[in-house]
Amino acid sequence: MLRIDSLTTDHGQVRAVDRVSFRAEVGSCTAVIGANGAGKSSLLRTLSGLVKATSGSASWGDVDLLKLPTSEIVRHGVAHVPEGRSVIAELSVEENLTLGALWRGKDPDVAVTKSEVLDLFPRLGERLKQGADSLSGGERQMLAIGRALMARPKLLLLDEPSLGLAPIVIEQIFHTIDTMRKATGLTVVLVEQNAVSALGIANHAIVLSLGKIVASGEANAIASDESLRHAYLGY
Amino acid sequence: MSTLLSTLIMGLSLGAIYSLMAVALILVWRSTRVVNFAQAGQAVLSTYIGLEIHRMTGSYWLAILLSIIFGGVLGGLIDLALVRPLLRRAGSGPEAAVAPVIATLGLLAVLQGVSGMLWGGELINFPSAFSTAGLSIGGSKIPFSAFDLFTVGASLAVMLAFSFIFQRTGLGLSMRAAAFSPEVAQLAGVRTGRVRTIGWSFAGAAGGLAGVLITPTTFLAPNSLDLLLVFGFTAAVVGGLESMIGGALGGLALGFGLALVLQYAGSSYTFMTAFVVLLAVLLLRPQGLIGKRSGRRV
Repeated sequence: MLRIDSLTTDHGQVRAVDRVSFRAEVGSCTAVIGANGAGKSSLLRTLSGLVKATSGSASWGDVDLLKLPTSEIVRHGVAHVPEGRSVIAELSVEENLTLGALWRGKDPDVAVTKSEVLDLFPRLGERLKQGADSLSGGERQMLAIGRALMARPKLLLLDEPSLGLAPIVIEQIFHTIDTMRKATGLTVVLVEQNAVSALGIANHAIVLSLGKIVASGEANAIASDESLRHAYLGY
Repeated sequence: MSTLLSTLIMGLSLGAIYSLMAVALILVWRSTRVVNFAQAGQAVLSTYIGLEIHRMTGSYWLAILLSIIFGGVLGGLIDLALVRPLLRRAGSGPEAAVAPVIATLGLLAVLQGVSGMLWGGELINFPSAFSTAGLSIGGSKIPFSAFDLFTVGASLAVMLAFSFIFQRTGLGLSMRAAAFSPEVAQLAGVRTGRVRTIGWSFAGAAGGLAGVLITPTTFLAPNSLDLLLVFGFTAAVVGGLESMIGGALGGLALGFGLALVLQYAGSSYTFMTAFVVLLAVLLLRPQGLIGKRSGRRV
């Protein structure tokens, strides 16, 4: 289980994450929604060790996420796909995928993971030798997620996978995430501005505003709350 | 044989050594974003170590091997003891860009000072395993010795080994990933600090080899490799600073160019020529002559 208690992160003078507490059960999908600047990305970046927390605690199972550097957190089953289709443009598609499993060394299961990832995203399989810079936006996002899955994570932190993508591509990516979670028992924390899509595949949701949790609950309850929609979700 | 052709042949072995130095500087630049001025000092100290080994054992091969190993260890230690703490303290402000460069300048003085204290300031002859007299082909002598042939071969072998490591191994993939995008590399599990230290180590080893290869022609003194630093840096800039192949080709081009200057204008003009080339490239084509639009290729 992911346990976050009173987690606080400062970004310079700004309190980006303000005493956030929540739990995510193994195999669940938690949507973290809110406007631009609500602290959603800072929350994920704190969990993967990219930024240091000011106070509070965050643990995945018995792993204290606030104690480990980023490169070690992924070794404990937590993979983070940051905002902005984070692939390495100078490497080929295949190299980006290989990179995700490098730390697993000579584990023979790496080949199995790779074929699973290519089953999820067949278009990557057709473009293995191409430079990642030649991919479309949607394909880049698929590659970024594929790279994270190569680590065979138990907890996947996804930051705005829909950003800047066409609706049909968004639907495809969300469908893949949903299917994969249900099939493998992966735990997902999904940060999104696109609340409709995120709430569609989430069990639980928390709404952030200026770093604080302003609402939380079942995803469909949040989705049908008129006042929340007007105040924070903008639809 | 025509003078032009023999001049170009002479440029080949010079170019090979400049390429090594350029590749060393590029390795550090790509992994740390630091122009490592101490590279010349590291190479000098490594070469003195080789000289000392040669005096003790009489074996040239042991000397060259230990120069390379010492260069590698020294490079790694500099990253661990100097650059890593500096980067940690400087954070990401403007001082993070300036502090390590100034530190490498200071380190250059320290390394040269230490070399001077231990071995004195006078020029020392460094042995070579092969004759430095020109080979003769079909009865005519060419300005290319057996040692030049060894220089070109050894440089080529190092370049090929580096390119194999970079393109075909997991370590190389980590190094490229860490250079292009440290954040994504860390998220993928790459221990970027360790990978950077290895980069410094490779650079130090290449510098050590360059020092051993150039000293039979230039002699050895604490500051005898300063020019090599300037020429290596010029070659790296000509090649676009990001690309190892660019740096290698830049080194060869500069070798040919400076050999021509040496032949037709005299040795006092080589330094000036290198500076003019350096300034011209930085002003007119900062991405390098060989580098493509983005210049970020390996």
